[in-house]
Amino acid sequence: MTTYPAAPDTSRTPGIPDFPAPRSSACPFAPSPELSALAEHGPVRRVRSWGDSTPWVVTGHAEQKVLLSDPRLSVDFANPGFPSPIDPRHSRAHGERPDLSFVGMDDPEHTRLRRMISGTFTIKRVEAMRPAVQRMTDRLVDEMLAGPNPADLVQALALPLPSLVISELLGVPYDDHEFFQTNSKTLVSAVATGEERGRAHKALGDYLDDLIGEKIAEPGDDLLSKLGRHVRDGELTRREAATMGVLLLLGGHETTANMISLGTLLLLQHPGQLAVVRDTDDPRVVVGAVEELLRYLSIVHLGRRRTALADIEIAGQTIGAGEGVILLGELANRDPLVFEDPDRLDITRNARQHQAFGGGTHHCIGQPLARLELQVLYPTLFRRIPTLRAEVPLEETRFKYDAVIYGLHELPVSW
Amino acid sequence: MKITVDEEKCCGAGQCVLIAPEVFDQRDEDGIVVLLDAEPAAEHHGLVRESASVCPAAAIHLDEA
Ligand code: HEM
Ligand code: HEM
Ligand code: SF4
Repeated sequence: MTTYPAAPDTSRTPGIPDFPAPRSSACPFAPSPELSALAEHGPVRRVRSWGDSTPWVVTGHAEQKVLLSDPRLSVDFANPGFPSPIDPRHSRAHGERPDLSFVGMDDPEHTRLRRMISGTFTIKRVEAMRPAVQRMTDRLVDEMLAGPNPADLVQALALPLPSLVISELLGVPYDDHEFFQTNSKTLVSAVATGEERGRAHKALGDYLDDLIGEKIAEPGDDLLSKLGRHVRDGELTRREAATMGVLLLLGGHETTANMISLGTLLLLQHPGQLAVVRDTDDPRVVVGAVEELLRYLSIVHLGRRRTALADIEIAGQTIGAGEGVILLGELANRDPLVFEDPDRLDITRNARQHQAFGGGTHHCIGQPLARLELQVLYPTLFRRIPTLRAEVPLEETRFKYDAVIYGLHELPVSW
Repeated sequence: MKITVDEEKCCGAGQCVLIAPEVFDQRDEDGIVVLLDAEPAAEHHGLVRESASVCPAAAIHLDEA
């Protein structure tokens, strides 16, 4: 989730486009023209990426949907063909990659671990958190209104809300929220050094490790207590349980935060649609608007990246065993075969087929929670601060063009 | 219409529960799909078809005979 440079402009092969390509200026809310051009020659094609590798990119919605559920694609980045901006020699020289728990594992081990916690994310359980999420959102808006005007919406709302929600879910005691917030902020900070991030990562891991120990002794009905029971039963070490906690924190923090800031800015550009979100009494309208924002903004960039474990036939091409595969969700979400007039933002369309949360066995485990946070945040923000406006013109707004999680560095707003 | 669900593939996303709550539910322990009605009445068919096509894990199969 760090920022990576575009692929170096070396060793070009005629006929094979580069991925990622340097971005020309264009609508900051849409995939770049260079990226969209990849879809022009069929839904599956080769690119040149990161040095001299030539993995496949998949741009079509239908093809990505099939491949996301195909067990012959592996997420394990130890596979030699794994398409990655991190040079394996480089990362070995700098020590091990961090352990990302089940997001970096294949089935069956992935599912064994994931299903220990997936019960926490049922529609019923997450829906039961709605009043708590509403309270947290209201409190953050209160604090923003009581503070300086203009304010940075990223620091005031977008980053704290997901981190508060996850501490509640994990069962972090209230007194430790500040420690938890400070360290998780460092962990996703673009300005922190690698060393600072490493320290924050370790501090959170150690903290969660200790907390799981406490939950084993005195269980509650939170997620860490649930993991504590698996530790007690010998299915998991305490460190593995703590790593899962860090994974939930990392996976849900910057993603949700960037959807909050980018979605707010996008709606401010579309005052008519903003007014619908603000004024409706029908929760289904807000639900639909959030799906459309997820589709349109598709903030997880650089693709779901995989390695083929066997030859796979798709759309008339053969992806060879050992080759890298990059599934570009932001193009699936603008596939005209599925979404009519895909470049138009229309919060009243049925956008439920989007792949903003991936799909298949690694489909985002936190998605009901992310959806809930967004469904609460946007209407609350625009109702409570009807005069909200961006302080900086769009041309001067700093977008995270090179980051895996696309979004805004800051969003100065006034009211 | 006859519905079958693949519990191995299901990733517990609950999209089916949101779209067609009369037909699908989720297990409390791990969120995996529970089929409430394998042969639902015709009035549910539209929403069941949407659930199957939206399911992010392609875990819902329909036999439309
Ligand atoms: C959802 C839970 C996720 C967590 C907890 C997570 C966390 C991390 C961490 C800690 C790193 C190592 C950073 C480094 O070595 O500098 C990393 C690397 C990376 N992540 Fe994420 N990430 C998650 C999801 C994603 C998603 C959805 C994407 C988008 C495709 C993504 C793209 C990347 C990329 C491109 C790297 C570079 C490493 C590589 O390619 O091997 N991550 N992630
Ligand atoms: C709008 C916000 C979010 C977006 C756009 C998003 C996106 C994604 C995507 C695209 C993946 C699939 C990665 C892959 O296939 O390689 C993923 C996985 C994941 N996400 Fe999210 N996510 C969001 C919020 C959250 C939240 C709130 C949490 C935690 C509570 C979370 C936790 C995870 C985890 C743990 C995984 C790994 C699942 C697995 O490997 O089985 N995400 N997310
Ligand atoms: S939508 Fe699909 S993955 Fe989600 S609970 Fe229903 S069957 Fe399972």
